[in-house]
Amino acid sequence: MGQTVPLQVIVNGESHESEVQARLLLVHYLRDELKLTGTHVGCDTSNCGACTCLVDGESVKSCTVLAVQCDGAQITTIEGMAGDDGALHPLQEGFWAHHGLQCGYCTPGMIMAAADLLARRTADGPISEEEVRKGLEGNLCRCTGYQNIVKAVQAAAEAQRGVTA
Amino acid sequence: MIPGEFDYVVAGSVDEAIGLLAEGGADAKLLAGGHSLLPLMKLRFAHPSLLVDIGRISELRGVDTGDDSFRIGAATRHADLQVRDDMGLIATAAKQIADQQVRNRGTIGGSLANGDSAADLPGVLLALEGSVTVRSRDGERVIEAQDMFQGYLSTAVMPGEVITEVRIPALTGYGYGYEKFNRRSEDWAMVGVSALVKASGGVCEDVRIGLTHMASTPLRASAAEDALRGKPLDAENIAAAAQLAAEGTSPLGDLNASPEYKRHLAQVLTKRALTTASAA
Ligand SMILES: Cc1cc2nc3c(=O)[nH]c(=O)nc-3n(C[C@H](O)[C@H](O)[C@H](O)COP(=O)(O)OP(=O)(O)OC[C@H]3O[C@@H](n4cnc5c(N)ncnc54)[C@H](O)[C@@H]3O)c2cc1C
Ligand code: FES
Ligand code: FES
Repeated sequence: MGQTVPLQVIVNGESHESEVQARLLLVHYLRDELKLTGTHVGCDTSNCGACTCLVDGESVKSCTVLAVQCDGAQITTIEGMAGDDGALHPLQEGFWAHHGLQCGYCTPGMIMAAADLLARRTADGPISEEEVRKGLEGNLCRCTGYQNIVKAVQAAAEAQRGVTA
Repeated sequence: MIPGEFDYVVAGSVDEAIGLLAEGGADAKLLAGGHSLLPLMKLRFAHPSLLVDIGRISELRGVDTGDDSFRIGAATRHADLQVRDDMGLIATAAKQIADQQVRNRGTIGGSLANGDSAADLPGVLLALEGSVTVRSRDGERVIEAQDMFQGYLSTAVMPGEVITEVRIPALTGYGYGYEKFNRRSEDWAMVGVSALVKASGGVCEDVRIGLTHMASTPLRASAAEDALRGKPLDAENIAAAAQLAAEGTSPLGDLNASPEYKRHLAQVLTKRALTTASAA
């Protein structure tokens, strides 16, 4: 019972190998083992999206994924979004410029979910408010009322298209 | 919340999964996307002794497109179906499951095996008259949609059986509509309705209506179907048929909706879904 399982993952470009309990949740692996505490636990019941990170480029709620399910995967957390030189990712820039956060608890999850949304997009025009709201439906914010989060993501989308907002 | 302890093994193939499941005994369980099972394990409502992870079996993933049907691997995720507009109703419904994070993990096989009447795909399978193929040490068998859902969270899939494939007919010539009503956009359906309509010269040649969350299993709205079949597809006939959508249902009340309210929703959503399906 409760055997340990070998785990090898690449997190934010860095390779990690360890032996973990099968029941270890990805969010606890990131926070407690790797000390990457930018990924938050909000609800712990798969509802709020605060724990969102990317596994092989796709958003997941890391409170609802076993670390061992990610063996061999590439994981990106909020700590991996800025460039090596510290330059903010367009989404981080957008949240900063448009005041997309208040307490900031939901922000890492919002940014990671928005990264999936922008990567998944096939249309090339500006992203609509409705598209952003639908794309972030799995993330809850208790502070902002969402208005500025939507603006932040729209600005990031424009920046990625090479247009300045 | 942390799940209880369990052993974990990755299956490399369906045969291996079947063997591991059989050897693991009564408390061994398959793990696909984990988005029904892990929340239950975290709450300690489920405590399997062994999880057999089928999420990496490539033969279980993807869609084979045939002339008149689609064969969907059981571990195909909702995220893979949400972009398949060529698949019609099932793609439209898949887009409305939960949120992108959940769709990136949850699978069709897991959803159907779980058999939750509030889930979107069981009602869709019923309306499409699809089937589920299962394999075990005793061989392979096909379960028709109408035989699949037997009670609250209970399906015809037996212990030791692995769903390998879900088959749905292409239903060329049918219009479709999917209506889901919930309180927040990521939520499960308070009530959901799938409609498929085949028209010929403005007359309803065939119609199928699947109901989500109107009983302990998904249901067909047979009375409404019978009322519309053979009739001109006009607003009046659609409205009259939709009035019968809640017949034979037994919705349970919950925090969000009383049984009366769910019956009302079934009628309204059936009208909308039929209208969309008829316009196509
Ligand atoms: C926050 C949240 C919101 C959700 N909202 C919705 C929603 O709106 N609509 C909706 O439809 N669903 C919803 N879901 C459920 C989601 O779609 C699940 O992913 C799905 O129900 C189960 O699929 P899974 O692959 O995650 O299965 P798992 O959790 O891995 O498994 C579920 C059960 O099925 C068994 N199983 C899995 N695969 C097979 C197989 N191939 N053969 C036999 N048995 C198998 C497992 O042993 C287990 O008992 C939601 C889930 C969450 C966490
Ligand atoms: S902490 Fe994972 S979804 Fe809320
Ligand atoms: S900024 Fe406080 S929860 Fe979103």
